[in-house]
Amino acid sequence: MTTAQTLAAGLMDYDEAIQTYDPVLGLEVHVELGTVTKMFCGCPTDFGAEPNTQICPICLALPGAMPAVNRTAVEYAIRIGLALNCEIASWCRFARKNYFYPDMPKNFQTSQYDEPIATNGYLDVKIDGQTVRVDIERAHMEEDTGKSTHVGGATGRIHGAEYSLLDYNRAGVPLVEIVTKPIVGTKALAPQVARAYVTALRDLLSSLGVSDVRMDQGSLRCDANVSLTPAGNPLFGTRTETKNVNSLRSVERAVRYEITRQAALLATGTRIVQETRHFDETTGTTSPGRSKETAEDYRYFPEPDLVPLAPEREWVEAIRASLPELPWIRRARMQADWGLTDLQMRDLLASDAVDLVAATVDAGASPAEATSWWSSYLGQQANVRGVALNELPITPAQLAAVIAKVVDGPLNTKIARQVVDGVLAGEGEPDEVIAARGLAVMSDDGALHAAVDEALAAQPAVADKIRSGKLQAVGAIVGAVMKATRGQADAAKVRQLVLSTLGVEG
Amino acid sequence: MTAELTRLGASALAEAIASGQSSAEEVTRAHLDRIEAVDEAVHAFLHVSTESALDQARAVDRARALGDAPVSRLAGVPLALKDIVVQAGVPATAGSKILEGWIPPYDATVTRRLVEAGVVILGKTNLDEFAMGSSTENSAYGPTRNPWDLSRIPGGSGGGSAAALAAFEAPLAIGTDTGGSIRQPAAVTGTVGTKPTYGGVSRYGVIALASSLDQVGPCARTVLDTALLHEVIAGHDPLDSTSIPQPVPLVVDAVRRGQADGVAGMRIGVVSQLRGKGYQAGVLESFDAAVATLAAAGADIVEVDCPHFEYALAAYYLILPSECSSNLARFDAMRYGLRVGDDGTASAEEVMSRTRGAGFGAEVKRRIILGTYALSAGYYDAYYGSAQKVRTLIKQDFEKAFTAADVLVSPASPVTAFAIGEKVNDPLAMYLNDLATIPGSLAGIPAMSVPSGIASDTGLPVGLQIMGPALGEERIYRVAAAFESAYVAAHHRSVPDAAPELEVGVR
Ligand SMILES: [Zn+2]
Repeated sequence: MTTAQTLAAGLMDYDEAIQTYDPVLGLEVHVELGTVTKMFCGCPTDFGAEPNTQICPICLALPGAMPAVNRTAVEYAIRIGLALNCEIASWCRFARKNYFYPDMPKNFQTSQYDEPIATNGYLDVKIDGQTVRVDIERAHMEEDTGKSTHVGGATGRIHGAEYSLLDYNRAGVPLVEIVTKPIVGTKALAPQVARAYVTALRDLLSSLGVSDVRMDQGSLRCDANVSLTPAGNPLFGTRTETKNVNSLRSVERAVRYEITRQAALLATGTRIVQETRHFDETTGTTSPGRSKETAEDYRYFPEPDLVPLAPEREWVEAIRASLPELPWIRRARMQADWGLTDLQMRDLLASDAVDLVAATVDAGASPAEATSWWSSYLGQQANVRGVALNELPITPAQLAAVIAKVVDGPLNTKIARQVVDGVLAGEGEPDEVIAARGLAVMSDDGALHAAVDEALAAQPAVADKIRSGKLQAVGAIVGAVMKATRGQADAAKVRQLVLSTLGVEG
Repeated sequence: MTAELTRLGASALAEAIASGQSSAEEVTRAHLDRIEAVDEAVHAFLHVSTESALDQARAVDRARALGDAPVSRLAGVPLALKDIVVQAGVPATAGSKILEGWIPPYDATVTRRLVEAGVVILGKTNLDEFAMGSSTENSAYGPTRNPWDLSRIPGGSGGGSAAALAAFEAPLAIGTDTGGSIRQPAAVTGTVGTKPTYGGVSRYGVIALASSLDQVGPCARTVLDTALLHEVIAGHDPLDSTSIPQPVPLVVDAVRRGQADGVAGMRIGVVSQLRGKGYQAGVLESFDAAVATLAAAGADIVEVDCPHFEYALAAYYLILPSECSSNLARFDAMRYGLRVGDDGTASAEEVMSRTRGAGFGAEVKRRIILGTYALSAGYYDAYYGSAQKVRTLIKQDFEKAFTAADVLVSPASPVTAFAIGEKVNDPLAMYLNDLATIPGSLAGIPAMSVPSGIASDTGLPVGLQIMGPALGEERIYRVAAAFESAYVAAHHRSVPDAAPELEVGVR
């Protein structure tokens, strides 16, 4: 398309947009903490329960009920703050963010406003070997809302719906919101920086053990603020905030789309409207949210039902001391330990296999075997089933047990795959699968000797060739033996046996 | 016999039950009969829990029959619960139409403690809607009448609890005090009521008006009964993080000390700012007499100055509406209570709006609007922020005053009970009823009202307010008990005993 055509479509060519404008990003990530109970009550936080079964007077905001802070949630917030190199407040408060919405039982959200628990940190992210430092403005605690399902109507949004269903199971689940300072100077890399930041943050949160960071289940949610400023101009332009960005890929696509959309508007002299926009995963585009005639006034004030938080220094330092190795440092160490190339490591990362490989190695497998299984055979199985690797019904320990049997001889790779298939099919532990399917490699030497003798007798000409030193002919005999044993023999061992039977040096 | 039982105080009833002289069931029935006889005229109760009260009483009697020691010093004694404290299975309205028909599924901590102490809960008492008012006229269920004169108000917001005591419908009651809602009704009905130190009693299960000010407290006809109830309900509660993790003050012992030793050697401060302009002559006269009585009982009387009290009312009427505008947001028809206009075409927001429009009374709407405005962007610092600064200054005034005096005294209400309807159209005049009680609320200190006598100009009871430093409950109970003893010695009967007999069966 020509420039005129793309502009007419409301988009500017990306490269042209970047030549004309500098993108400024701001990323707000909400992470649902993996605490057993909610932020202010004792209800469980499990995902996927029957609607309105994980509720109590407190999270349902019945008249008279009062909140009490979950100390583990505060500890997790401090862990996050420390891992992001933030200062941890020695005194801070919750605040009420007041607005009416049916899925918010109190019609205010207990959050933090001008006194967050963590401030002024940073996260370094790597893009093509280059390090970009993303400054963190703050990380603060708050509670999640319930979930509305709008039934009927075209958009699935509250307006135009015939009726709405409310599920308060999620109401009061602890959240930490991590807000970056404006990210400037990334130019053409802006969409990749956004994605790399959310990726690094996700890995960090996962390694901290504070969340299951499932973007598909909403336990990690990203809002992307994007504005453009004419190249070289120090003043920020008007920004939009794109919500519903539910995957890492979507983060990159949403930012990229907003850059091309806003550039097209600016190029035609149109003002950018400060608004909330909604990302559509299928089209990769953003559309305006419900427009508000005036800016929402949340009437924040300090939450009078909770006493201020004053985390003792000793506690904070104890949490700091317990922080795990940062994921990228751990990854570099693993890559070195496992002897992987950058490319192999990148593939493992891309398929979320690093932790699985590490656990398999911890269970006794060699890094090479573990890497190979997770990245090839199990990768294919996951693809076929349309699930993530870690959702396959096989544990690293089970895989390590199978690998051990290959190394020790009883299984060969082909049979090992059948054992793994059995485990994946729910047939039990590897030993149970081997027993039930009769899969052990033929280790009965007598039977194997007989099979070799039989094959040699059947192909005397080939036997002669081997005797005369033409070792490439061994394959035909081995093949015949393998066929006769229905693949249950160890090919290497068969080869040895053929050679020794014929008195030839291998 | 049953009529006599209702004239007894809680401690006497508890002794009669413990000794087997009366059964708890008999005591409960006597009070239920009294409610049946007089409450149509008084309208102290919004709900009478006849069956559950009798069940509770029988449980106390069964335990005694088995030889068990009483579970508390108030086992089997009936109580009237302000209808802003939830009790599982019993309707709770907070005096508002918006909660009509709501049955709470859980107990407030205070309710649980009462039940565990064997206190028999007779029912729920009337109040100004969401505790906003000083006359109980703002109740959506009609006003309560003052047993001293049925054409007059019983104070507010806890008018129902105070009237139940003054009408001998219950010997004990629970109130809540945000700006004076325990003390002012106690004053105008000639009963006793304490607002404990903020955080002294759990607020869990108490429908919130202004969270930073609300406090639950005990009410009775004598200082000793009030102290006994105080010890039952007070103490730290993990469900209310603002409750104080401190041992319960030993107020019953303090009462005995006051009765035995008076106030010899105590310094009692008279607050200059809490007398004079705006105070009824009969009230001031009674107050001066009370101060003289305390001096005669051995106290050193000192004058103390609290210059920032002048701004207390203004600060209070910014903080309270701000917090209540947020606390009352949950009444939106989505989960419980009234739902108006859900005709299948209205959106959720429209139903919320219609329900709140129909379900809240004028005073509640006034305060929600005031609070919403005060918290708005651009006004927050000038209103809510400044009010919090005033609050700090008032606390400092108290701190300074408590270096010169062990307790402070003032009239609890500037006027005696006024006529029903007299001030309903003048909110500012109504707000002035809490002139003397609001400073203590803003500072979070303990304060109580004990009857100081009968005003010579109106013939109605007057309350003496006694204030102590935070956690200084023992001091105020000692002074109250000493004063009460001296008053009874001089007048041969207590103020509540001077209340007119209500005609039984009056309709
Ligand atoms: Zn809950």
